[in-house]
Amino acid sequence: MKVKYFAWVRERVGKAEENIEPPPDVQTVADLIGWLAQRGEGYAHAFETPRVIRAAIDHAHVKSDATIASAREIAFFPPMTGG
Amino acid sequence: MTAQVSIRIQEADFDIAREIAALTGGRTDIGAVVSFSGICRGREGGEAISALTLEHYPGMAEAEIARHAAAAMARWPLTGLTVIHRVGRIAPGENIVLVLTASQHRQAAFQAAEFLMDYLKASAPFWKREEGADRTGWVDARAHDDEAAARWTKS
Repeated sequence: MKVKYFAWVRERVGKAEENIEPPPDVQTVADLIGWLAQRGEGYAHAFETPRVIRAAIDHAHVKSDATIASAREIAFFPPMTGG
Repeated sequence: MTAQVSIRIQEADFDIAREIAALTGGRTDIGAVVSFSGICRGREGGEAISALTLEHYPGMAEAEIARHAAAAMARWPLTGLTVIHRVGRIAPGENIVLVLTASQHRQAAFQAAEFLMDYLKASAPFWKREEGADRTGWVDARAHDDEAAARWTKS
């Protein structure tokens, strides 16, 4: 699946998007955050406070308990500050 | 006549008078247009701001605005609405966002404009980065913005 990062999540991870293949036990958005956080220093920094991270699956906001099984694109970003 | 909905995300500035004319031109069923513009401030909390840079999530930003535009159309008798959100570097005094709502009567237009702005701030995927005199950083979200959006789901 494709993962996208925005704002300071993107800066800390060090890339805007990538393709990932998480193991089968990674089933929810929260699981995926935990798995990503183990991938290196930048990821650990980006995901150090999971409760502030917002997620979207296929362009729709989701909660951390959402299942990722059928996702084509998952995005992680900080709380929004537009308008 | 059908309602006219225009949603745009662009780097270029917009002309408010031209946007209002596009929404109302050739129609005689509109009695009220409300216009809200968000403008880049030159100071934030006592600190001078030299510019903002707006990042967005292409695809989702349009989808999220369209979803709330549809909700506004369903909730109020609007004849049309326009939402324009700029991205990229924006200097103090420049426009950031425009919401126009048109209706036969003012109440629907006022309420729908406020509803759209509250949801735009709370749930449309845009992020502001501030450039100050001696530091740059991402703007923190305000709990107040989530509360403003949440009040539309009450009562």
